[in-house]
Amino acid sequence: MCQVEEEYHEQLERVDTPSASKKCVKCKEELAAVVIRAGDAYCRKCFRESFIHKFRAMLGKTRVIFPGEKVLLAVSGGPSSCSMLSQVQEGVSQNAHKKLRFFPGIVYIDAEGGALGQCKEMRQKTTSELCDMFRSTGFPFYILPLEQVLDLPGSVLTPSPPSDQPGSVYKAAVDLFLQSGDSSSDGKAEEQECVSLPAVQESHTRLLQQLIGSAQTLTAKQDLLNTFRQHLLVHTARTRGYSKLMQGDSCTRLAVKLLTSISLGRGAQLAQDTGFSDCRYGGVTVVRPMREYSAKEIAYYNHMFKVPSVVIPNLDTKMPDKASIQRLTQNFVTKLQADFHSTVSTIYRTGEKLQTAGRGSSAAEDAEALALCCRSVKFSEEASALQATLISEQLSQSSVKPEPPANVGQCCSSERPCGGAEGTGDCCRSSSHLVGSLSSRDHEATDLRSLLCYSCRRTVRDMSSVDCLPQYVLSVAQRRQNRSAMKEQISEFLLDDA
Amino acid sequence: MPVLCSSCSEKRAVLKRPKTGHSLCKACFFWAFEEEVHQTIVAAKLFRPGETVGIAASGGKDSTVLAHVMKLLNERHGYGLELMLISVDEGITGYRDDSLETVKRNQQQYELPLKIVSYEELYGWTMDAIVKQVGLKNNCTFCGVFRRQALDRGAIMLKVDKICTGHNADDVAETVLMNILRGDIARLRRCTAISTASEGDGVVPRCKPLKYAYEKEIVLYAYFKKLDYFSTECIYSPNAYRGYARTFLKDLESIRPSSIMDIIHSGENLSVREGVKMPVQGTCSRCGYISSQALCKSCVLLEGLNRGLPKLGIGKHHRLHEKILSQQPLTEHEQRKLKSVDF
Repeated sequence: MCQVEEEYHEQLERVDTPSASKKCVKCKEELAAVVIRAGDAYCRKCFRESFIHKFRAMLGKTRVIFPGEKVLLAVSGGPSSCSMLSQVQEGVSQNAHKKLRFFPGIVYIDAEGGALGQCKEMRQKTTSELCDMFRSTGFPFYILPLEQVLDLPGSVLTPSPPSDQPGSVYKAAVDLFLQSGDSSSDGKAEEQECVSLPAVQESHTRLLQQLIGSAQTLTAKQDLLNTFRQHLLVHTARTRGYSKLMQGDSCTRLAVKLLTSISLGRGAQLAQDTGFSDCRYGGVTVVRPMREYSAKEIAYYNHMFKVPSVVIPNLDTKMPDKASIQRLTQNFVTKLQADFHSTVSTIYRTGEKLQTAGRGSSAAEDAEALALCCRSVKFSEEASALQATLISEQLSQSSVKPEPPANVGQCCSSERPCGGAEGTGDCCRSSSHLVGSLSSRDHEATDLRSLLCYSCRRTVRDMSSVDCLPQYVLSVAQRRQNRSAMKEQISEFLLDDA
Repeated sequence: MPVLCSSCSEKRAVLKRPKTGHSLCKACFFWAFEEEVHQTIVAAKLFRPGETVGIAASGGKDSTVLAHVMKLLNERHGYGLELMLISVDEGITGYRDDSLETVKRNQQQYELPLKIVSYEELYGWTMDAIVKQVGLKNNCTFCGVFRRQALDRGAIMLKVDKICTGHNADDVAETVLMNILRGDIARLRRCTAISTASEGDGVVPRCKPLKYAYEKEIVLYAYFKKLDYFSTECIYSPNAYRGYARTFLKDLESIRPSSIMDIIHSGENLSVREGVKMPVQGTCSRCGYISSQALCKSCVLLEGLNRGLPKLGIGKHHRLHEKILSQQPLTEHEQRKLKSVDF
């Protein structure tokens, strides 16, 4: 052991001691100011550069936003969307290196009164804060109350044909834009169009509260709120002439959304919900440029470079862990991330590899977007989970003999009381076999459900009454029903569509 | 006022179905449960008349209920199947030897032939010996890989046409969640399939008739039918990664009982983008079992165990396959990397 000529041929293991003063891994000169992942320490300058570069690379790589387009930024006031706003603001400003060449507008949906039940003063306070923030950016902005969702036209649910692009190839579009000169970039000089909170009628607020309140579980409430918010955003973008809608979902948020979608039964539409671009609304494409940033990075950036944001409570703020599926999933992912650092990025990468099922062959006519979530999915009817659930429902309710069952009423267990007194068939997904004993209102409920996707059916099942849904949903459902009845009548005369 | 059964409305309800929330009496519940399994079998066309079917029996609740229901449905609906029991002995003291006693009792109760295959005779290693070498963190990998092959070998020895396992809805939902958390896109695509589609020698197709049955309902069924089963968790299971997915699933179920079926529905409707690299099925060059690499996983794991390099099967090691095949010794550096085990 203690010989003179002894040499160690093996390499001694070196353990990296964490040191307080590490050099930035990128420029290797400055002292590191922030550690993003284990081992990635950056100084302020390099961090800022890489942050901005990631944003630009995201837009440039995917080539979805054409120069000269009008892009609507959906800002919720939270850190991600405010960070996105500041990135766009910097990118569009005159002295930026390689200026971003689109025209942004801002929209904020105020759900406080209707859905969250906040008092008027709180609403005013939040909106005035946001107003100031938006005004300082210089872009046109719109602050809309969620109550407007009750007045939406039915066209929201129909994908509108995409507007003709002057050059469908990206490069051609860029050349065209450069040729027409940069004169249109001064368009911001026109007066800033701002729509702040119009006076909202009390009755509308009450209706909205009733709608959200008709959902018995917090999960269903959140689901409905998200759907309606999305509808209102798309409608705003359409009517004001914006062809793109930017949403600020971060990587962490998208990983949680992915797991939540799986748990809610939305697996078929995962790719659209969490992918970079979402084209199911036709004329308006939803893009998510912040999807590669983890929540941690955004928080650091906002703190270090003083990006303003407003804290607005949500439906599940300060709720216990198991209040809703969304809340539970969020806790689960964040806790798992603490132990296994690659959880969020693995979930995110898995989501990237998925695509929307059932595309391609279905023509626009057949692929009728479903009444609530605008997804167009065909189910395989045999040997699937859906079929098994239907069979279970049937077996647990009706008697074996084919006589009409007289006691559908006992089907509810004591802990899930039905909403209406006579709507006993309401809370169970009654299949068309049990038509005889149902009242006409339940008949409507049944038919509406057949036009919804699996997860929307599940959400509506948690609602005490379907009538609270906004008019546009019900009227579109009615129209679709009529069309399919028509199609059935003439089916033998229709030639096979190519 | 007693609650009446929602199906027959004559007898008093004695239980509430976890799946749908309806209150049912015993007879209606039995009938509903058995009928659902029958519908699953018929809709998915799992069996053909005249086939020999091996039931993978571990002595636990799933396989006990599966054996009972398969025998019942075979007689009631005349499937025309010949049923047998196959059991695997991993060599875990205090767990497996007790459950094997249960399987032997089942064999006598249902009068079905039984075959037990053990890791000791197939590979020369018991799970206890493996855990001593590998530690407590990655041992589930060894057990699972070895068991798959053991079941197939047992099935070939018995000359069965199909194997059916007792995987229930909770298992399938957990697997979907776990594959997402692990990023295993290839498995994610296959894991909700009710039967494996594999032709070739050395592989017997297997199916899951209980795929849409909730675990709680299986327990209710076994309880009310007074079936005899062994109910302890594997002593090595607390440290498994699957535990996280399981806790999450249990919490989800408590919020919304239908979420198990919702997850399975999502899993069935996932589709993978084109251009994503997928493994291709081939055969192992050493033992001839199916494999997507040059060497099948169990050969790699065994090699690691025999050479005293427990980490050989864990993690990526494709480049070492050639070396192992040609019996070359591994370099010092590689040896050291594969040897270190953290407990």
